[in-house]
Parts: sequence; C-alpha cells; structure tokens
Amino acid sequence: MAESVRQMSALMRKEFLLEWRQRYALNGMLLYIAGAVFVCYLSFNTRRGQLSPIVWNTLFWIIQLFTAINAIAKSFVQERASRQLYYYTLISPQLIILSKILYNTVLMLVLALLGFSVYAFVLGNPVQDVPLYLLTLILGAVGFAASLTLVSGIASKAENPATLMAILSFPAILPLLLMLLKISKNALDGLERNSSWNEMGTVLAIDVIVITVSWLLFPFLWRS
Amino acid sequence: MKKNWWKVLAVLIMTYVVLKGLLGTVPRQPILNESIRNVYFHVPLWFAMITLLLTAAVYSVRYLRSGRPDDDLVAVEFTNTSILYGLLGCATGSLWANFTWGEPWPNDPKLNSVAVGMLMYMAYLILRGSFDDEQRRARISAIYNIFAFAVFVPLIFVLPRLTDSLHPGNGGNPAFGKYDMDNAMRMVFYPAIIGFTLLGIWITELRVRLGRVKAALDD
Repeated sequence: MAESVRQMSALMRKEFLLEWRQRYALNGMLLYIAGAVFVCYLSFNTRRGQLSPIVWNTLFWIIQLFTAINAIAKSFVQERASRQLYYYTLISPQLIILSKILYNTVLMLVLALLGFSVYAFVLGNPVQDVPLYLLTLILGAVGFAASLTLVSGIASKAENPATLMAILSFPAILPLLLMLLKISKNALDGLERNSSWNEMGTVLAIDVIVITVSWLLFPFLWRS
Repeated sequence: MKKNWWKVLAVLIMTYVVLKGLLGTVPRQPILNESIRNVYFHVPLWFAMITLLLTAAVYSVRYLRSGRPDDDLVAVEFTNTSILYGLLGCATGSLWANFTWGEPWPNDPKLNSVAVGMLMYMAYLILRGSFDDEQRRARISAIYNIFAFAVFVPLIFVLPRLTDSLHPGNGGNPAFGKYDMDNAMRMVFYPAIIGFTLLGIWITELRVRLGRVKAALDD
C-alpha cells in the first residue's frame, strides 16, 4: 500500500513536471478557454446579465465540455510510445490510469475555475448559490476527467485520434453532463440544497462506475 | 434437428405473436385504442435489444480474457443486431407516439437517452473501422464495448426515471402492466419477448457463421 502511494506520487510529480516543462500546452488550454468565452460573449453581443439563466448555464457547460475534450485528448499522445513502454515495465497499469485521472482532475479544476471566473466576469454572474455551483464544478471536473481519460486512451491507439475522441466521448459524457446541468441550474436559481441531493448522488455513482471500469479495463488497453 | 429446436420455437412464437397481436382482442383504452397492440412489438424489441447488448458485452469480456478472435466476431455481430433492433424500436415507437402523444419524436428523456445510446454504439462501429491490425481492433473495440455498456445502463434505466417522462414506468408514471394490460394480453406479450430475443440470436448466428466462413477463406 505504502509502496503504491509512493509510486502514485512519483507519477503525479512526473505529470506536473512534464506539463510545466511544456508550458505551451498548458498556456494553450488556458488561452483556449478564455478565447472560447470571449467568442461566446461577442457572438451573443449582449450587455451583461441579459442572457436568460438557462442559456447562461448551458453555454458555460458546453464550453467546459469542449475544453475538457481538448485538454484530456492529449493525455496519452504527448509522450512517445517507447517511453510509455518504459513506464509499463516499472509500475502496474492501474496506477498509471489512476494517476492520469487524478492529474486530469486537477487540470480540469484549474480550467473550470478559470473558465468560470472569466465567464462570470464578461457575461455577468447570475448564480445565487455560489458554493453549490463551485461544488458542481468540482464534481464535473472529476467526472469529465474520469470518463474522458479512458476514452482518450482508446482514441490514441487509432489512426485519427482527434475525430474519434469527439465521437466516442460525446455520448459517453452525456448522462454526466445532463445531471451537472440540472444541479448547476438549481444552484443558479438558488433552490434549496436538498433538492439537488438526488442528482448529486447520481453524478457520484456515475463517477464511481466510470473509474471502476477504467481501473478494470486499462490493463488490457496498454498491452496493445 | 436437435440443435435447431429453438429456431422452430422462434418461428412458432413469432407466428403466434404476429397473428394474435394483429387479430386478437385487446381492451379498449382511452387514447391508446387499437394502438395498444404495439406493446407486442415495440416493448419486446427493446427488451430483446438490451439482452443482445448484454450478451455482446459478455462476449467482449470473454475476448479480453481468452483472446480468441471468434469471441470478438460474436460480440460485434450481437452489437450489429442490437443496432438493427434499436432502429426498429425507434420506428415502432415513433409510429405509436404519433398517435398517442401527438408527434413522432416528443421531447422525452427516454427517447433522447436511447438516441444517445445508439450514437454510442455507432461510434463503436466507426472505432472498429479505424484500425487495420485485427488483434488491436478486436482488443480496443472490446474495451470500448464494455465501457459503452457500463454507460448505457444508467443512461437507459436511471436517468429517465429521475425526470418527467411520457413513458410508463418512468418519472412516477405507473408501469404499463399495472392498469392497461389484461391477462389475455400478457399471454401474447411474454412470448413476444422470448420470440424477438430468439429471432435476434438467430440473425446474429447467421452473421457469425458468415463471418467464420469469410475468416476461413482468408486464411
């Protein structure tokens, strides 16, 4: 147990170092989300606070979705195949997928919080229950990272990863996205907290299912 | 003959279901009227589809454990048949919805979930198309198939029940059997489920045999 925790932390350290050394990718993601928000702002061409809450909320999550797909798509392609083979000789594949999921969660959290603040800054912030909205962002980051990491692993083995990533992940992420939209709409309207518990339970259950499936299936994926 | 008894059974059941389903007496319900007969065709198609998808997922697991190409072939053919059943289920469903709910594709969570599920399985076919190496294709599509099934189940069974739905048995609606079906209808409905499932297995079996012949010819 202690050994695998040590290995996990080493892997996480490697992921962060790698990201830090190739800062253009990280900066690219940050610019991507800021740019997407700004494009939406200019396209709607509204003054602040004139979007209806449903449009405001949906638009935000669509931006999140596309950012997540773009950010996570590269988690298996940025390192060379031979180097990945080297990792696989060192540690168990389960630890690799867990560390990737964990790292992507952190990345998604950073992107989501940045996205939310830029979005609220330019398009106005109609959210009435901000802590609950932030909690939704966290749940969303975990869910997106968990379900997209395995999909990006699958897509990276194929000929045209970019297209495949999109068509494989849209349907797979949809149950999660619908639930998140619902909770965040509740937070937006400032409804009672306990009206969202059901959906929250569902999101957590989906996260658990997806992480378990990734844990079970990844050892088969890396062998090919 | 010994091995083919279930095909005879499928033919007998399906003949019975079609005759009895179109000619038998049904209770006259408001709004539903004669369209209640669709319960013999629309509902069993979905039941059979889910059984076939489960079988496909089981064969994908078997492929990952054993690595025999044959298991992969069986898994993909079961998925193909399920997609066919899904399309037929959508067609019969929109016919029914047109008469009872007023439009062929009402904005209903169950319909939308199913549409997403179908997209997921079509993506599976595209994923298969994008590999040249056969072993790699089999392995990775098996992984995706299991993953897709794990997402498909909450999509179909959990989500529609959390929101308001037009479908019976969802969103607080009573299930269909509770008020609308009488025992005469059950005598057709339950065999119909078995019949459609057997028919699906039969279609799959033919396709699998065709695939095996092709594989043997290639070698």
